[in-house]
Amino acid sequence: MPLDEAELGRRQARYQEIVKQNKPRPPILRNFLLAFVVGGAICVIGQAVLEFFTARGLTVDEAAGPTLAVMIFLGALATGLGIYDDLGELSGAGAAVPITGFSNTIVAAAMDFKREGYVLGMGSKMFIIAGPVLVFGIVSAVLIGIIRMLAT
Amino acid sequence: MTYILAFLIGGLICGLGQLILDNTTFTPGHMLVLFTVLGAVLGGIGLYEPLIKLAGAGALIPVSGFGSSLVRGVMVESQKLGWVGLLTGVFEFTGLGLAAAVFFGTIIALIFTPRS
Repeated sequence: MPLDEAELGRRQARYQEIVKQNKPRPPILRNFLLAFVVGGAICVIGQAVLEFFTARGLTVDEAAGPTLAVMIFLGALATGLGIYDDLGELSGAGAAVPITGFSNTIVAAAMDFKREGYVLGMGSKMFIIAGPVLVFGIVSAVLIGIIRMLAT
Repeated sequence: MTYILAFLIGGLICGLGQLILDNTTFTPGHMLVLFTVLGAVLGGIGLYEPLIKLAGAGALIPVSGFGSSLVRGVMVESQKLGWVGLLTGVFEFTGLGLAAAVFFGTIIALIFTPRS
């Protein structure tokens, strides 16, 4: 039996409705909470390292550099051991946004491209993700510095 | 108390990053660049320092803290050295972290191989 235009349209609309209901949505709340908890936990570890240095007489400003270096080392080590990839899989931005994630992108790229050679593989591709962060970070920092100098 | 604030503020910054990943077409690379530049801008207008005072590592450890450190170096050095400081300043507080990332990164990459 041939269907008339109106019936066909209704069926198509209903079909689209069902597709919309069943399409997998990213579990936004769950992802947010995982990123929140894991990112927060990494910052708590960072706070413990920071207080280790401030307890030895450094100011927060002075302790910031060494704290970042320790966290970068921990991120690099966890990447080498394969732990950080699992953490990234679980928590997305929770693992990516802290400085340990910056370190992870460098080490993971260095490990992956090692097989393309130490100079043109590891050495040149190490900053494949961290590079843009440095480029845009440095350019904006210098521009902001220029504006501050001109304004004062 | 600082531990709780570090957890809350650090967690919120990371959660915000996740919301950006889930609701926009940004890749993690884009999101990290955005946060670094935002940290630099907030540092430039003097809003990031109070956040570090309040939340310690919660503001320092996220990549936005890296951006604010870039700007802080530029402002400190340009006050001392003038125009030259604009360029030497970027590595004033971040040089240690960068050198650490390259050095440890290379050592680790030489020792370990990817699992898959």
